[in-house]
Order: sequence, then C-alpha cells, then structure tokens
Amino acid sequence: MDPGLLAQYVMNGLMVGMTYALVAVGFTLFFGVLDIIQFSHGDVLTVGAFAALLTFVGLRSAGGGAGAILLLAMIIVAIFAMAALGMLIARYLVLPLRTAPALNTLLITLMLGTVLRESVRLFYPQGANPKPFPALLPSNSLSLGNFNLRLDNVIMLTAGALVIAGVEFLLNRTKLGLAIRAVAQDEETARTMGINFVAIVLIAFAIGSGLAAFAGIMNGLYYNEINFGMGLYLGIIGFAAAIIGGLGSIYGAILGGFLFAALQTIGTVALPFASAYKDVFAFAVVIIFMAWRPTGLIQEKISERV
Amino acid sequence: MLPGIIALALATIYLCALLAVERQLFIIGLLVLAVVAVLGAHWMGWLAAIGRSFADREGALGVLAIVAVGAVAASFHDNHFVLLLIVTVLLYTVATLGLNMQFGYAGVLNFAGASFFGIGAYTSAVLNAHTTAPPLLVLLIGGLTAALIGSLLLWPVLRTRGHYAALVTIAFALLLKAFLEVNDVLGGPQGLQVKGMTIGGWSFNDNIELGNVELSFYLSYFVLSLALLAGAFILVRRLERSWIGLNLDALRLDETAAICFGLNIARWKITAFTLGNFLIGIAGALFGMVGGFVAPNNYTFADSLILVSILLLGGAGNPWGLAVATVIVIVVPEKLQTIQEYRFLLYAVLVIAVLLFRPEGLLPRPARNYFPGWRP
Repeated sequence: MDPGLLAQYVMNGLMVGMTYALVAVGFTLFFGVLDIIQFSHGDVLTVGAFAALLTFVGLRSAGGGAGAILLLAMIIVAIFAMAALGMLIARYLVLPLRTAPALNTLLITLMLGTVLRESVRLFYPQGANPKPFPALLPSNSLSLGNFNLRLDNVIMLTAGALVIAGVEFLLNRTKLGLAIRAVAQDEETARTMGINFVAIVLIAFAIGSGLAAFAGIMNGLYYNEINFGMGLYLGIIGFAAAIIGGLGSIYGAILGGFLFAALQTIGTVALPFASAYKDVFAFAVVIIFMAWRPTGLIQEKISERV
Repeated sequence: MLPGIIALALATIYLCALLAVERQLFIIGLLVLAVVAVLGAHWMGWLAAIGRSFADREGALGVLAIVAVGAVAASFHDNHFVLLLIVTVLLYTVATLGLNMQFGYAGVLNFAGASFFGIGAYTSAVLNAHTTAPPLLVLLIGGLTAALIGSLLLWPVLRTRGHYAALVTIAFALLLKAFLEVNDVLGGPQGLQVKGMTIGGWSFNDNIELGNVELSFYLSYFVLSLALLAGAFILVRRLERSWIGLNLDALRLDETAAICFGLNIARWKITAFTLGNFLIGIAGALFGMVGGFVAPNNYTFADSLILVSILLLGGAGNPWGLAVATVIVIVVPEKLQTIQEYRFLLYAVLVIAVLLFRPEGLLPRPARNYFPGWRP
C-alpha cells in the first residue's frame, strides 16, 4: 500500500482511538470505585458536546472573541458542567441503589441515558438533526505525498495524550489518587483509614464525566458535526474497549481504546464491503470479542467480575 | 371471584370510554380518574381482594378477560384506528411475555427485544413477497428466524453475566438497525411493504360485510392476535407453574446455588432465551402483516427499551401486570397526542422512578401459587 495512504489511516485510527480511550478510562474509573457500569456514560459525552456547542453559540452572539479563547471557554464550561452532572448521577441515582441488586443500577443508568439522549433530541433547537460543530482549531496542513498531516489533528492528539497523562498522574502520584485507588481496592478498609467514601466516589464520577465531555468536544472538532445519538455509539464501543483492556485498569482501557480503533481501521481497509457496513462491523467485533474473551485481554487478578 | 369480575367489568367500561373520547381535556380527566381510582382502591384494600380472586380463579377470569377484550373490540367494530391500537397492544403483550420468559424468570437480559420483533416482521415481509407460504406457517417461520438469529448471541450471552450480557444485546440492537439501513435487499432505510394475510381465500385486508353492517378488516387480525396472546399467555403461565419455571427462578435468584442443586445453567438459559425470542418473533411477524410495512426506524434500541420499560412497570414475572402495563405504555401516548413525541423520555423517567421507589413494579409478582386457592 502507498505509505502516504497508510499514514493517513494510522492518523485516523489514532484520532478515533484517542476518543475511545478517553471514554474507556471513564468506564474503568466508575467500575473501580463502585463496581458498577455507568451505562449513561456515552450520553453524558453527548450532553457535554452539546453544552460546548451551546457555549459557543452563546459567546458568539455575545460578541465572541478569538477562536482559541472561545474553544477554551467551551472546554471549561463543558467539562465542569459534565463533572457536576456526573456527581449528581452518582449522588442521586447510583449511590442510593448500592444495596439493591446490581441489575437495578444497570437499568437505571440505561434509562438515564435515554433521558439525556431524548432531552438533547427534544429540547435542543432542532436537536433531532445533526449539528455542525465549529472548526476552531487552525486548519493548516502539511502535505507529504498522499498524506495530509493536519495541524488540528496533531493538536487534538497531543491534548488528548496530555489529558490522559494528567489523569494517570492524578491517580498514581497524588494523595487523591491514592484515596481513589484505595477505595477501588477495598472500600471497607479505605473507610477505616479515614477516607471519605462518598466524596471519593463523587470525585471519581466528576473526573470520568469531565473526560467524557472532553472526548465529546474532540469528536465534534474531528468530524465537524455532532448528533444526539453519537454518545450511544461511543459509549458501547468505549465500554467494549474498557473490557478488552480488562475493566478496572486505566492502562488497559487506553490500550483497549487504541486496539479497537486499530481493528476498526484494519477492517475498513481490508474488507471491501466494510465502508458501508462500518457500524455493523464495529458492533460485530464487540459481540465476537465478548464471546471470545469476556474478561478482557489482560486477565484480572480477581475473576469474579463477569 | 366477584372482585375480579367487577374489576374486569370496570376496566372494560373504562377502556371503551378512553378509546372513544377524542377531546384531549377529557382524556386527561379520564387518566387522572384512573390514577385516583386505583390509589383509592389500594387504600380501601380492594386491590388485594382483586389480586386474590385472580390467584384463586385464574382460568375463569382469563376466559372473562378474553370476553372483555372482545367486547371492547366489538364496540369499535368499524373504527380502523382503535382496532389497530388494540391489535398493537395485544401483539406487544405477546412480545413482552417473551421478554418476561428471558428476563422475568431466567434473568437473562435482552435489550434487543425490538430487534427480534423486527426480525419477525422482516421475515413475513420477505416470505409474503417471494413465496406462497401459508400465512400461519409464515408466522411460525418468523418466530423460528428470530429464535435462530438469537441463538447466534447465545455464545456471548452464556459466557457473560449482568452488564456484559447487556452490552452484547445492546450491541446487537445497534448492529441490526445499522445492517437493515444499509442493506438494499431488505429495502434500506425505506423498508419493505408487507402483503396482508390470506387464509383459505379469505383476505384479511378486506373489510367484512355482515348484512348491512360493515366491519373493519382489522377485526380479522384482532381475532388472530387475541388467539395468539391467549396461547402465549397460557404457555408462559404453564411454564412458570411447572418445574421448568422453578428451575428458571432458581437460576435467576442464585446461579451458584442453582448449580449446586444440579441444574444445568446453560440449558435453561438457552431454553428461556430461545423461547422468548420465538414468542417475540411470532408477534413481530404478525405485526408486520397488520401494519403492512416494515422499516429499520421502527425497531430501534429506543423501542427495545420501551419493551423493557413495560416489563419493569408491570412487574417482571407477572403476566397480568405486563398486560396492564402494555395498555398504559401503548395506549396513553396514542390518545394523548401531546406526549407522543416525548414518550421515550417520559417512560425512561417513569422507569427510573419505579426503580427508585417501587423496584418490584406496579403489580409485583405474587408468591408462587402451587394449588388454586392455596395460601402460604
């Protein structure tokens, strides 16, 4: 294959993989602290992207400013709004159901996802249609043969990597991260060590949901379009990616995200019918993977998770 | 038995009134009346009496319920819209009974109910267009196709539990819709026309004339749907009461304990999942013929969640509760046009409230009744 084209595919795969990885890290965080799957995570991403778009529309009609400042404002508003939303979800829907069967948490977060998705569709002006997302990053590009290295993609990849590195630093190098890991390992012991369990759960949900908002903005900037159903798709794939890497491990989630993107890219290139059946292929991979390795590639130490 | 008869009679009158009224204000009034009446009956202890009489004389009351549904349909014998609505409720009840087998008894999650419903409908579209297979056989094949395609999911579903099995079925729901949308043979996003049913030269899609009275052609479909529902109901109820139902309950409540008692987990999960999909598929095949049209947009993940909502609202494991919940979930948005657009949102909120405050559903499953009239 032409090296330029190959580089293009690799670049696309990296971009998509970064989004998957960001979503998967959220799933892993929630699973770590509470042993639950937050099925509305993908829809939090959608709401985050729409919150950013709303901020953009609001700021532009108020006079606006330079692109970079607008983007920064969008990111900050979306991340903080979604962090707050994540905390609300944890406080009022997930924590009260701790003693109920795990199934109820699954159902309630699934239904909450529907509430978020439908709210965007119904209450955002013409929310049922795809919305154009503003291209706020510089659109310069460098042509190397067939390969078109776009500056905005490079910026997004770097930003994504920095965010993930930041989360990694937070979890492994700070006292807060120590507390989160302690809760993930053993809630009872963590409590006796004086860790405020509820606060840690809320913080973990805030971090995970903030990451989802960031992923949503990245997705919007990459495709220049967002729609109310995108979170469902990204949520399912992000969850699958988190499982591929073995739930509960942040490195596993990142690995799973990129692995899934690689698989998808290879599928699109290798199979002639795959471009039309792109989504069918992606979900088929999810199902087959679940059948083949339900506990993920990196086996967990404790296997009572599936 | 008397409380049950009175309840059925009142429900029949109420349904006739609700279906007949057109003014939105009256409909809201009727709905409020129903809520107040049910709460009042609960407060007076009448609901418990009704529940007891249903437990004691289920067979007789079941026959009466069939008569009652027939009476409602007969009073709208020339009204296409209302009859279509009734047929929809009947077939959705069959589908939720299938879901109930999987989820209510065996505890196998299925978030792709609408997909299997759609598989049945597409099967009848294709078979009616390209073959001359007799329609009742088409219904059977619709159910078998759904069961067969569902069995492709068995491997991942058996290997996983809880959240993971949920992921598999959600992925399947999204996969099937994406597949139907891009597949030209099956009509792509526009979908397919479905030819109506003809049995022994009697076309179901022609109006019936009895003397001077013209009856809606939906009445033929109504009779068939009611028969299907009665059959499915008896089947599910019989299974629940048999040792198979006991096995499924054991499986749902504690898998490890069930294994210790020598139950073959995989076997019963396969039985419940396949049988459930079979019922959903049959209902879908008939629904395709009733509607005359299938398209991917009618069988989305959101529609699957509506089916799950019916199950959770009615009370998983209680077929009578499911019938009531289906009436609520299907009829209310059709009559109250203002909430039609918001129905997915509304039912999701409602289910969240139910899960938070009354997790066993509106009509919880009663204790297993080993003998008629037996009280634990």
